[in-house]
Amino acid sequence: MSTSSPPSRRFSLPLRARLATTVGGAAGRASRLAGRGDGSVIGGVIGLRLKPDLLSLLARGRQVILVTGTNGKTTTTRLITAALGTLGQQIASNAFGANMDAGLVAALAKAPDASLAVLEVDEKYMPAMLEATAARVVVLLNLSRDQMDRAAEIWMLARRWRAALAAAPNGRVIANADDPLVAWAAGKARQVTWVAAGQRWHDDSWCCPNCGAHLQRDGEDWYCGECPNRRPPVSWVLAGDEVIDPTGKSWPLDLILPGRANRSNAVVALAVADVFGVGVSQAMGAVQQVRSVAGRYTQIERRGCALRLLLAKNPAGWLEALDVLAPPPAPVLLAVNAQVPDGRDTSWLWDVDYRRLRGRQVLVTGERKTDLAVRLEADEVAFRIVGGVDEAVDAAHSPSMEVIANYTAFQQIRTVLGRTD
Amino acid sequence: MSEGLGRHRLGPRGPQIIGAPVRPGPGLSGAPVRPGPGSAAIRLVWVYPDLLSTYGDRGNLLMLARRARLRGIGVEIAEVNSDQRVPVDGDIYLLGGGEDLPQVLAARRLRADGGLAAAADRGAVIFAVCAGYQIIGAEFGGPEGEPVPGLSLLDIRSSRGERRGVGEVTADVDPALGVERLTGFENHQGVTRRGPDVKPLAAVLTGVGNGDGTEGAYYGRMVGTYLHGPVLVRNPSLADLLLSWVAGPLPAIDPRQEDLVLQLRGERLAAQSGPA
Repeated sequence: MSTSSPPSRRFSLPLRARLATTVGGAAGRASRLAGRGDGSVIGGVIGLRLKPDLLSLLARGRQVILVTGTNGKTTTTRLITAALGTLGQQIASNAFGANMDAGLVAALAKAPDASLAVLEVDEKYMPAMLEATAARVVVLLNLSRDQMDRAAEIWMLARRWRAALAAAPNGRVIANADDPLVAWAAGKARQVTWVAAGQRWHDDSWCCPNCGAHLQRDGEDWYCGECPNRRPPVSWVLAGDEVIDPTGKSWPLDLILPGRANRSNAVVALAVADVFGVGVSQAMGAVQQVRSVAGRYTQIERRGCALRLLLAKNPAGWLEALDVLAPPPAPVLLAVNAQVPDGRDTSWLWDVDYRRLRGRQVLVTGERKTDLAVRLEADEVAFRIVGGVDEAVDAAHSPSMEVIANYTAFQQIRTVLGRTD
Repeated sequence: MSEGLGRHRLGPRGPQIIGAPVRPGPGLSGAPVRPGPGSAAIRLVWVYPDLLSTYGDRGNLLMLARRARLRGIGVEIAEVNSDQRVPVDGDIYLLGGGEDLPQVLAARRLRADGGLAAAADRGAVIFAVCAGYQIIGAEFGGPEGEPVPGLSLLDIRSSRGERRGVGEVTADVDPALGVERLTGFENHQGVTRRGPDVKPLAAVLTGVGNGDGTEGAYYGRMVGTYLHGPVLVRNPSLADLLLSWVAGPLPAIDPRQEDLVLQLRGERLAAQSGPA
């Protein structure tokens, strides 16, 4: 947004905040021109240095939606933006996943006239970002183990969420009732819309977050045998390929995005849209059309092979990614790194059950391909180790290939394939 | 009293475990297999995976099972959740890592259950990692640093340290154990002190470990360590030590079945000995 646009929110900011966003914006442009990242963070960093309460100032007067959880933040943010886009208003969003304070500042500064903001937020930062933005809606998707070498423990995170949401004076929480940690975290919020968004990964919620007893599960339902904690009554339900809205009406969820996890994200997006008066029929059309999110799920041709890229950053994400694989004979390339953004510790590979890959053509690459190979060997999955995506394409001799990669491995493959968007 | 493994109810993950039916495993070339009466299968008990499985702890279980089976030794596995009795007649008990609150809950339940202590009295092998390592000691630091009683199976005491130890660890194992250099990953804030009869498992080369230059501890057939990675995947000779305590001297494994594990081990050790 240029400063010459019509009467802009920016001019209602105090002078120092205006200076901070202008300098920050220039730095972001410089960063993009220099080819270093998408420029969304550096501007925010500089802006925050000049004006530490810049985020509060930029959020003031806007309706802010915060989206957090271990998996699905970026996609759900995109789906909500699409659904609310049908209102015809400008929307500020950190669409490329820069989800700490500088990323939020940059997203808001870039869209000074947007009265709506859909912002994904890192799990650890949610309490601080909630306080800074006085968000109208907070979306809690799920909570599971993720990069434990640098992230907070998840029971501790759930406690912090719970305290922050209990202290938030107004605003609505939209929370996944099927995740016991999420449900407990939202349990003291003033207003909650409960969504039965499903939970594929159970290994971080065998026990009651309230009292620690082993949770009882009965189909979709869960409850604690030793304290009153139980799955709250839901108003939105993901049921297979359909969503049931609060009036009980079923709608087919005919998404372009693949997999159960994305249907779950879509139901949450519909529930958020509803808060802003966007009905299911209106929101659904926009949500269905979303095709690719920050390079994920993209099909890319490479030497006659159609590659589909799936990002999976932690055990729950791998479980969901393995769920959406095209059936055999499509070969599968798995790529694992352990750089800082991935987590330096590869122990998590042992939390993923790879046995369903038995009998498929599996190729293995990435900086920690040996760790992955040992893991597959223990699960009696046959595989071939390759040097990279091109070698995999050559080795597989297949018209298509599924690719699952963790964070930096995914970025490296995109770079090899010439995608930087 | 004790709940036999045969009747043992499997947890909510169901009986998804891991391969081979229990059958007497003839050792390669007639080597002795699990002396003593009863089944020839090694009985592995994974204690409380619902509370203590945070860092790929399943890997330790899978690797023990794999290395036994590769030698023709049968394996029987019980995953025991925290709402179930801990059987007393297992051969090797595994305890994994966990967050602060689950750790406190696990310690409380294990003390009330008594099964693990009874197994230890019988001379069963206990291999405990990170939070599990602290639990088998006399005391550890709770979520606010307060002392929480452990099971007192091993004479160690743990408390909260000043800062978290996070990263790769290498350590040289007590030569009495005949185990090669350890490689693993630690992520904990514990400081552990040993009583007079308990020996350190290893001397730290890189990393934090117990906080005094040592890593882990052992006494009798109990071994504790801060290392995951998982540690028995990266350190097959440590896995074999535990198996040999149950099954006696072990025959060698077909090298083709060990190539990858040894390559991984080499890579991790080389990564640590690079420019520091």
